[in-house]
Amino acid sequence: MIVFFYVFALASLLLALGVLVFKNPIHSALSLVGTFFCLAAIYVMLNAEFVAVIQVLVYAGAIMVLFLFVLMLLSSNDNDQYALKLNVPRGLAVATTGVLLVQILTAFMDPTIRFGEPGAYPVERIQEIGSIALIGQLLFTEFVLPFEVISILLLVAVIGAVIIAKRRVS
Amino acid sequence: MSQIWLVPAFPLLGFLLNGFFGKFFGKRFVTIIAPAAVGFAFLQSLILFFEMRAADGHRLVETLYTWMATGAFQVDVAFQVDQLSGLYLLIITGVGFLIHVYSIGYMGEEAGYYRYFAYLNLFIFFMLVLVLGDSFLLMFVGWEGVGLCSYLLIGYYFEKHSAAEASKKAFLFNRVGDFGVLSAVMLIFITFGTLNFNMVNAEAASRLEAGGILVTVITLFLFLGATGKSAQIPLYVWLPDAMEGPTPVSALIHAATMVTAGLYMIARLSHLFVLAPFTMNMIAVIGAATALLAATIALTQTDIKRVLAYSTVSQLGYMFLALGVGAFSAGIFHVMTHAFFKALLFLGSGSVIYAMHHEQDMMRMGALRRKLPVTYFTMLMGTLAIAGIPFFSGFFSKDEILWKAFSSPLGGGGFWLVGFVTAGLTSFYMFRLIYLTFHGESRVDAHIAEHLHESPAVMTVPLVILAVLSVFGGFFGVPHILNFLPNGIELYFEGFFAQVPGTSHGSAAAEVGLMIASVLLAIIAWSLARRYYATSLEAVAILRERFQLAYRLSLHKWYVDEIYNAVIVVPAKLFSTFILWKLIDQNIIDRLVMLPGNVARGIGSGLRLTQNGMMQSYVLIFSLGAMLILGFVLL
Amino acid sequence: MIPISHVLVLSALLFSIGVLGVMLRRNVIVVFMSIELMLNAVNLSFVGFARTMDDMTGVIFIFFIIVVAAAEAVVGLSIILSIYRTRKTLNIDEFNLLKW
Repeated sequence: MIVFFYVFALASLLLALGVLVFKNPIHSALSLVGTFFCLAAIYVMLNAEFVAVIQVLVYAGAIMVLFLFVLMLLSSNDNDQYALKLNVPRGLAVATTGVLLVQILTAFMDPTIRFGEPGAYPVERIQEIGSIALIGQLLFTEFVLPFEVISILLLVAVIGAVIIAKRRVS
Repeated sequence: MSQIWLVPAFPLLGFLLNGFFGKFFGKRFVTIIAPAAVGFAFLQSLILFFEMRAADGHRLVETLYTWMATGAFQVDVAFQVDQLSGLYLLIITGVGFLIHVYSIGYMGEEAGYYRYFAYLNLFIFFMLVLVLGDSFLLMFVGWEGVGLCSYLLIGYYFEKHSAAEASKKAFLFNRVGDFGVLSAVMLIFITFGTLNFNMVNAEAASRLEAGGILVTVITLFLFLGATGKSAQIPLYVWLPDAMEGPTPVSALIHAATMVTAGLYMIARLSHLFVLAPFTMNMIAVIGAATALLAATIALTQTDIKRVLAYSTVSQLGYMFLALGVGAFSAGIFHVMTHAFFKALLFLGSGSVIYAMHHEQDMMRMGALRRKLPVTYFTMLMGTLAIAGIPFFSGFFSKDEILWKAFSSPLGGGGFWLVGFVTAGLTSFYMFRLIYLTFHGESRVDAHIAEHLHESPAVMTVPLVILAVLSVFGGFFGVPHILNFLPNGIELYFEGFFAQVPGTSHGSAAAEVGLMIASVLLAIIAWSLARRYYATSLEAVAILRERFQLAYRLSLHKWYVDEIYNAVIVVPAKLFSTFILWKLIDQNIIDRLVMLPGNVARGIGSGLRLTQNGMMQSYVLIFSLGAMLILGFVLL
Repeated sequence: MIPISHVLVLSALLFSIGVLGVMLRRNVIVVFMSIELMLNAVNLSFVGFARTMDDMTGVIFIFFIIVVAAAEAVVGLSIILSIYRTRKTLNIDEFNLLKW
């Protein structure tokens, strides 16, 4: 079982590097989509099916489509300008990121990390209630306030996007 | 009760009235106020003089108020009239009054009439403070004040470049001397704890070791101040240049009063000086050297006032020689007679200059004695006095000095010889002056010759009075061997000055012998001068040819000014420009001052690079920050 | 069962690749995409923890993150559109007015 995890993990890493490396932004976008799919697979392996589906539907399906639309709308033919250049500030950036990575890994791999108490929903219970039903329950009871706020946020975002992107009638 | 304060108060009042209201009230006002101020001061000085003679210990003290009192140190503003200051009072106010009267005529046409008299009154005030002060501090106030007035009066014609330069020169050289005085005052304060003259004199012997380093240093510093004020080597060069000022100023300040301030100071502290034989020796040497040097320069000068200026320097040298060998009363006696005849000579030359419409070159004078008879006669009297012709005033005082220079334990044959030769030179150049100006052929410019006439009475009357004093003033100090009058000066100063150990009366025969020798020399010099200058100047021209080098050295004042310039002034200027200004001021100090600004600017321009508007560099900085925080948290 | 450490390592790697993308790429849209990648890496670690801790809070959180990411992407892209209209370029080096 765990082999699949390694496979998908490797794939997602390679595709993420692709986002970083490709000159053509469309290629980068497609790599990102691939990354999302791999991640969705990993979510399934982690018994978070709902999240996986949402990931594919919203992230890969809506957000990346939006990105691709904008890219098609605005892309130019001259993609050489976007090639990765290496100079001192960029070298510094790489170094800093490297250090950050090491620090994060150190934090994660720390053997003295103690996890808190296990929560109330082990896998069996989830399968008992039903994963989506459970999420729905929690959303509308425990997390109802953030839920409402999120909906307003979406409304505001939509209005904002329309206003900002509107062509000024001059 | 003695009202000593009145004496300086009159001239001070005169200064204030003339200075502030002179311009407003006009010439008449100033003409009356200024001489009257000095006249009243003279009358009060006379009263005080007799009071002092009658008082216990011949001393009157009047304390006005306490100037400063801090802990154990106290200085009062107090005036003291004793033998020394009493005599000086009479000289200053008496001769000063005559000169004020004379100035009415001489400066009558000048534009800054009221300014002149205001400064002159102020000068008298400060000079009186100088001699009346009972402590170093008050004397120094007067000392500085007369220096200031000298500056103001030398630079009276301030629009003239040479006059401005001369006044600056005078003040600067005075300043060097003042450094000496102040250093000495500080040392005296440390040693004695008081600055009062009487106390210092009284305790000098007990507090200071005779011949020791401390007393020698103190007295040398004081002498430095004296050389500045009284124009001795090395600080004498300002006096000839000071002739830029009006002639009455030269008469008052640079003949009779200010230049004698240094002598006053040393005489006042006689008890201190006798404890330092090295300094006394130094004083005598410098006095003698200056006398000789100045006399050699006076031989060839053609400006009538320059001759008299160098003559003053030379005669001051005599006085210092006297003080240096311990003949204090003789030195002060010569101060008195010199005041008479030198003031007379200066005023007389002023009369000539006035008649000649401000021409001062003797080579353009000649045969003036018929046109200016009073001036001629009075100047002749002054010349006879200064040359040491018997029974005139200068004879008695100068001979006393020469005798003491020979016979004092601190003196010797060498000193006498220098004084003797200088006396001969003095006689020669003074008669040269008389002959060039009043005898011989007239070299006067025709235009001026038409209007030549004697000066008005307001100028000639003071001349006559001074001439009388020059002729008869010497009878105050007839030496014992001549014995037809008591030696007034010696009696007057009895017990006042310190005695040089080992003083004796010496051999009477030697004294007479030396006296005769110097009289003979004076007469020989007179006849030489007559030979070369009285009729025609051809013989002198030949002499000049034969002794060209000597002539040139003398004419150019031995190039002392040029040497000073090269050795002191030019290096000082170079040092100031290149090191003090360019190096230190510009590079070091300015850079230091700008340093905070420059550092801020440097840091700013460095930090500004982070604000380049590019979002990705901002992200970089975020991550750097995150990295650092994580680092701290994890470690 | 997938050990949580593996998940976390993967998450960390993905996150750092995202950071590199933000700092190094010059096309502004690719920068946005890198930001999405970073958010996904965070999602992954949330899921991992939800799994290990048997807690649904992680999943709910992911839900919200996805919504916010969507909103942010929308607004961001509209801003980019608006900038593109003036600047006519997507090169982030040209968007340098945010200085002084």
